[in-house]
Amino acid sequence: MLSDILTASVIASAIRLATPYIFAGMGETFGQRSGVLNLGVDGIMLLGAFAAYYAVLETGSLLFGVMAALATGMLMGLVMAFVSVTLQAEQGISGIGLYLFGLGLSDMLYQRLVGTPVHVDGFPRVDIPVLTDLPVLGEIFFNHNFLVYVAFASVPLSAFVLTRTTFGLKIRAVGQNPEAADAMGVNVARIRYFTVIIGGAFSGIAGASLSIALVNFFQGNLTAGKGFIAVALVYFGAWRPYWVMAGTLLFSTVDALQLQIKTLENALNLDIPNELAVMAPYVVTLVALIFASKGVEKPTALTKPFERGE
Amino acid sequence: MRKLFVLLIVTAVFAVVAVPLTSTHTAQADDPFRVAVVMPSATNDLAFSQSMYDALLFVQEEMGEDNFEFVFQDGTFVVDDAAVALREWALEGYDLIIAHGSQYGAVVEEIAIDFPDTSFAWGTDSDTFGFDNVFAYEAASDQGGFVNGYLAAQLTESGVLGVIGPIETGDAKLYVDGFVAGAVYGDEDITVNVNYIGSFSDVALAAEAAETHVANDADVLTGSAQMVVGAVGVAIDQDEQVLWFGTQANQTSLAPELVVASQVYHWEVVLMDMIELIQDGTLGGESYSLTLENEGLTIEFNEEFEVDEELLDEVDSLIEGIIAGDIPTLMEEDSE
Repeated sequence: MLSDILTASVIASAIRLATPYIFAGMGETFGQRSGVLNLGVDGIMLLGAFAAYYAVLETGSLLFGVMAALATGMLMGLVMAFVSVTLQAEQGISGIGLYLFGLGLSDMLYQRLVGTPVHVDGFPRVDIPVLTDLPVLGEIFFNHNFLVYVAFASVPLSAFVLTRTTFGLKIRAVGQNPEAADAMGVNVARIRYFTVIIGGAFSGIAGASLSIALVNFFQGNLTAGKGFIAVALVYFGAWRPYWVMAGTLLFSTVDALQLQIKTLENALNLDIPNELAVMAPYVVTLVALIFASKGVEKPTALTKPFERGE
Repeated sequence: MRKLFVLLIVTAVFAVVAVPLTSTHTAQADDPFRVAVVMPSATNDLAFSQSMYDALLFVQEEMGEDNFEFVFQDGTFVVDDAAVALREWALEGYDLIIAHGSQYGAVVEEIAIDFPDTSFAWGTDSDTFGFDNVFAYEAASDQGGFVNGYLAAQLTESGVLGVIGPIETGDAKLYVDGFVAGAVYGDEDITVNVNYIGSFSDVALAAEAAETHVANDADVLTGSAQMVVGAVGVAIDQDEQVLWFGTQANQTSLAPELVVASQVYHWEVVLMDMIELIQDGTLGGESYSLTLENEGLTIEFNEEFEVDEELLDEVDSLIEGIIAGDIPTLMEEDSE
């Protein structure tokens, strides 16, 4: 029975499902490590998803789609940075405001500019010579669209930037003790602007990974709350990119497994309530979060605005 | 003070953006019949909400713009937001207030009791809560599902069909159950894999559910509710042809090469009757059901997809049999 459930296609499905969460999670990790909680991730994802979708629909160019998502995400990141860093607004509330703004604006633009659902030719699966044809491994790892590979590549890159570069050191210092960082000559506001804008760019691409890679359609509230789950996964991963990825893969694997089990329920003579199946990814991740969070310290200055001379 | 200012700015910006979402469509006239509708998704979703919007346009055309006007609030997936709209419309004196979605049942029950002289309707369900001012409506979507399932069983080459459902309730569940029954009726050896994803709106998860079906050899897919566009997207992107059967609205435009047929809801059948009753002084207490017999349900074929004449004749006979009550559209365990 296990061989029917845990197939190569299920693991491949888990990898695909993880893609938007990894993008959004990496972006949010940068912001939170510098002390800025952005609950507007889902709204930025929605705007990025629409921008990418509309650009591809109008031009047929996937490159323009990605650029539109990046630019939109960065712009929204700039807005969040202005509100939370310069104006020092309460981060949770301003993030929710940003989410509602993204939800409303993306749907309004979609209704006004597109209307009824239209399919776009999104990123196709990349056929890698030799590797794609490998038995089992080929289907699991080498049969995905381009953005899946970019998402997973962004994890070591983010870890490297955060832990092995001067910029990363400044980010961590600003998130841990902004007063000390300021005393050492680090421009706290500038660093936070950078991280929130980077986070916005990641969120924009996270949206694009849905609208021009996985689904190839746009619809109002396309993300269905995935941005909020990504924020939770950053906590799960204790603000460390590899752990964020691990949490994401745990969540998406359980999701892919429940899809497979429900699909083959009759063939396998199982009778699992649907409600239990769809809850499973959340329950497993929540339980794992309880254990994973023990002894982990969040960035001390997270959600705290910084003002010189305080 | 500064934080308050920022909050006000954010709220104001959101309000400016959100207001156009509350789309309104009105017609000017003297004493027209006025209807207000709240819907969970967009009026052009090619699914549940569009079926009601199309029906309202049909009624308006039938009665004339001077005699019928309607307003709607679409994309209202948050039930509390719907409750605000419903109460507001009741205060404004609309003749009929429709909550188009089974998730709105509790708020209709709560609000309707406060406005006994206002007529409410909600669906899909058959429960009027015992109120004299509440209509309920549903679709016997198992009937069209049965026809679609029968057709799918004839067109599959792999012998495996995949179904993507939202939440196991209402017309979505009826459609899925009917589809399974029809497929088995058409070929008792058929494999029909069913997957409820637990959401009406998670397009990405619907897409992945479709991927899972295809990975398990399904070459014909169907699904109910507005999130199915994700599944259709997956069908389009496959190297091998994967056919699609639609429900609620005609979904041919989503994938003209792959959509075989759609079961289409015609809510105008029940709307016209409700309006007549309200105009005669009956504000509720009736339950309606769309069926193939009352033409509230129709099967619309994609003209670009060639279906064998013989198969079309079989479908006609099937529909006649369902209308006559000779062919049960649900399996015994589902109809209990």
